[in-house]
Amino acid sequence: MNSQPRLVEVRQNVLKQNDLLARSLRRRFEETGVFVVSLVSSPGAGKTTLLEKTLTQLHHDGCRVAALVGDLATENDAARLARSQAPVRQITTGTVCHLDAEMVQRSLDGWNLDELDCLFIENVGNLVCPSSYDLGEQLRLVLMSVTEGEDKPLKYPTIFNTADVAVLTKMDLAAAVEFDLASAHHNIQSVRPEMQVLEVSAKTGDGLDEYLEFLQRRFIRKAAANR
Amino acid sequence: MHELSIAVSLVEMAAEEARRRGEVRVTALHLKLGPLSGVVKDALLFSYDVACSGTALEGSQLVIEDVPVVVYCGQCLAERELESVQRFCCPVCGTLTPDLVRGRELELVAMEIEEIGDEAEQLVGVTQ
Repeated sequence: MNSQPRLVEVRQNVLKQNDLLARSLRRRFEETGVFVVSLVSSPGAGKTTLLEKTLTQLHHDGCRVAALVGDLATENDAARLARSQAPVRQITTGTVCHLDAEMVQRSLDGWNLDELDCLFIENVGNLVCPSSYDLGEQLRLVLMSVTEGEDKPLKYPTIFNTADVAVLTKMDLAAAVEFDLASAHHNIQSVRPEMQVLEVSAKTGDGLDEYLEFLQRRFIRKAAANR
Repeated sequence: MHELSIAVSLVEMAAEEARRRGEVRVTALHLKLGPLSGVVKDALLFSYDVACSGTALEGSQLVIEDVPVVVYCGQCLAERELESVQRFCCPVCGTLTPDLVRGRELELVAMEIEEIGDEAEQLVGVTQ
């Protein structure tokens, strides 16, 4: 008689380990009162430039900020961000195309979160893989530069769907590349209805004040909710 | 492409589950996959065989069930299946709806196992 295979129920999320770790990180961030924002985008959309401006301004305003920055290789981004005077750590992933909760946890070693107000996590430039991994962040920004074309949201709906806010970057180049702003907004709303969209140019500074005020409002709201 | 690391997690999870059940061999895994999981089905199927190689799951089959994206339409007051992930609007009334109900699944639902012991008995039976 042949042994019959039998079907047994499992019902487990394949990324359970990551999700559990992300949840514990989120709890730790809330307990220590640090507001954690992550940035995702394709390579070259301007995450590091926007983050450098963000860190410099918030640090100047007396906010205790720090950043983790993920890349496949090189410490170049960490060196650029360190010019803001904020503490910065590079996460070099090797061949891995995204950050996960474990990498974030490991790179926080030795940092006293009680001494921070805001932590930024810059993900590896990639619009696909980071969408599967919760990092424990409280706010996820998806950046899209005007040079990439208006249809990015339609090509990568998943990453837009996991993000909380969209930031259109390099707005100073919009006219030069004949960027269709209305179409970009329409496409974002199509894959993520009601998503807030901010427009910035880190180079000229246009829109940076609104963007920083937005972050501060979210930070204050989060702090009030945790109290 | 992160499907290989997802496949490795999947195989580890199933191997652990199999160990808890004693002397069993896993012949197939049943996975639910949502379009918003961020995982590409073909890439996962391809990675699966690589991830299984040299493990207790070698030779097992991965069966993927595609599940639809479901949103809650506040206008219709009902759950609706999206026709396209490029357009989050109710297929009945056309209202844009951000309320995702399902579609991010990446879930090991079940596995097919067979007792290794049974097979041993079987072999004994054949030699006698």
